[in-house]
Amino acid sequence: MTQKLKDATIPTIPLGARIQRWVGRNLIRLYAIFAFTYLFIPVAYTFAFSFNDAGKSNLIWQAFTFKNWQNPCGAPEVCNALGNSIKIGFLATFFATILGTMIAFAIGRHNFKGRSSANLLIFLPMATPEIVLGASLLSLFLVFKINPGFWPTVIAHIVFCISFVVVTVKARIASLDPRLEQAAMDLYANEFETFRRVTLPLVAPGIAGAALLAFSLSFDDFIITNFNSGTLTTFPKFIYVSAARGIPAQANVIGSAMFFLALTLVIVGQLVNRRKVR
Amino acid sequence: MGKIRTPYLLLFPGFAFLFTFFILPIINLAQTSTQTKIAGGDTGQYEQTLHFRNYIDAFVENREQFGRSFLYAIISTLLALAIAYPLAYAIAFKSGKYKNLLLVLVVAPFFTSFLLRTVAWKQILGEEGFVVPTLRSLGIISQSTTLTSTSFAVVMGMTYNFLPFMTLPLFASIDRIDPRTLEASGDLYANGFTTFRRVTLPLSMPGVVAGTLLTFIPAAGDYVNASILGAPTTKMIGNVIESRFFKIVDYPTAAALSFTLMAAILILVTLYIRKAGTEELV
Repeated sequence: MTQKLKDATIPTIPLGARIQRWVGRNLIRLYAIFAFTYLFIPVAYTFAFSFNDAGKSNLIWQAFTFKNWQNPCGAPEVCNALGNSIKIGFLATFFATILGTMIAFAIGRHNFKGRSSANLLIFLPMATPEIVLGASLLSLFLVFKINPGFWPTVIAHIVFCISFVVVTVKARIASLDPRLEQAAMDLYANEFETFRRVTLPLVAPGIAGAALLAFSLSFDDFIITNFNSGTLTTFPKFIYVSAARGIPAQANVIGSAMFFLALTLVIVGQLVNRRKVR
Repeated sequence: MGKIRTPYLLLFPGFAFLFTFFILPIINLAQTSTQTKIAGGDTGQYEQTLHFRNYIDAFVENREQFGRSFLYAIISTLLALAIAYPLAYAIAFKSGKYKNLLLVLVVAPFFTSFLLRTVAWKQILGEEGFVVPTLRSLGIISQSTTLTSTSFAVVMGMTYNFLPFMTLPLFASIDRIDPRTLEASGDLYANGFTTFRRVTLPLSMPGVVAGTLLTFIPAAGDYVNASILGAPTTKMIGNVIESRFFKIVDYPTAAALSFTLMAAILILVTLYIRKAGTEELV
């Protein structure tokens, strides 16, 4: 009886319509899957071709090998370029983080004359196309007869990293609860102690995030580097120069290794954070 | 007294640095842009002459590349918006407990050098890749059609490279929308489309503006995609500036082109922000 009633009240939906309804309901998810596929195709390709036994020109699939992973410095110029990129990245991150954090505290914590112009000066480098930043710095170096190379590149990287550090740290400062500092003052901490024991630890994650951002921006930069590095080779520059005749598979190894390293760091960081929140 | 001085002391080192290595270079570039060649001098020797014709010459000579730069940048910005908006929406509203993980995945491709990824696209779309032979055997493209060295490849590469810049600000502003406002709109008999047009989209406008700017500005000055994925017929203004600087050693023209590019971008961006009506940028 009940079975009959069910059959009568719920007409069976034809398969076509059901598929249509399912697609309609999940359209946005399908779309997201499509977008992620688009994002990851070249990453997967780079990873796959890091196992290619192709010698110098890694264009066509030859044979599977672990050789490149066992000896990532097998193409010496790759490791040399990587070393330069890491050195430049660390120096640029160090200086940009210090200078940027100081600016962020000034803008985020103080009301002073000229604050809006200060904000504008921070916004401008981000709104300037990289090629203009790179070309203008190079022409300044040329005027002062400074040869492009290692330090000019570091300076160029600091210029474009500062703004991103300021924006990131400022956001963190803005999200702080001012009552925490007031509480510290109420407990007879002086200004310096409050800063050192309360403010700074609370802002620290923002500073760390800004430093990571600065490093990855510096490490991946090509256009500004190309203008100011002269004969010095960085990792992106090496790839650009050798793109025409094929990139050694060791570059794919380093690119893939960076990918997994960074991914692991981010995921571990999130897990640690989650545990802390609990 | 000390308190008044504190912000200036904090600002001083950073701003001294930015003044020396950002403002001064721009001023210097402006000077360079009006120089002329020294008669009988070596390559790369120029004198200050306030020769503003450099601008007109540079623009007229390269108007095609200028047009292409802005056309490609606008198309790839729109494409990135079309791809990133539903993606950001799905992450904000449909991902449940995987929200953070998916957000990491949006940024994750960044961890592989963008040049490696661009070169990977070149090889995927190239003659030896699997895409072209497949499309040819399916008859979708003719035997002689190539995918690399085309404006399609350049625009696709630019869309790809700037996609995370679009997705993150979009996500930030869509994620801030209270889902109850969408429910309220439904309760008031708005259908899905009307809810999107009248509620979701206006509330996410700051993200749309920030995302399109973060994509458009670097895209208009980009030359990496055009030189790796393109052909001489797809050269952008960035390619011209680069070759003027390094191959032809024609600093004044390169400087004039850089300034024209910057001015054009600033004008477009100002008009756009006025039109889109939001001050909230960073």
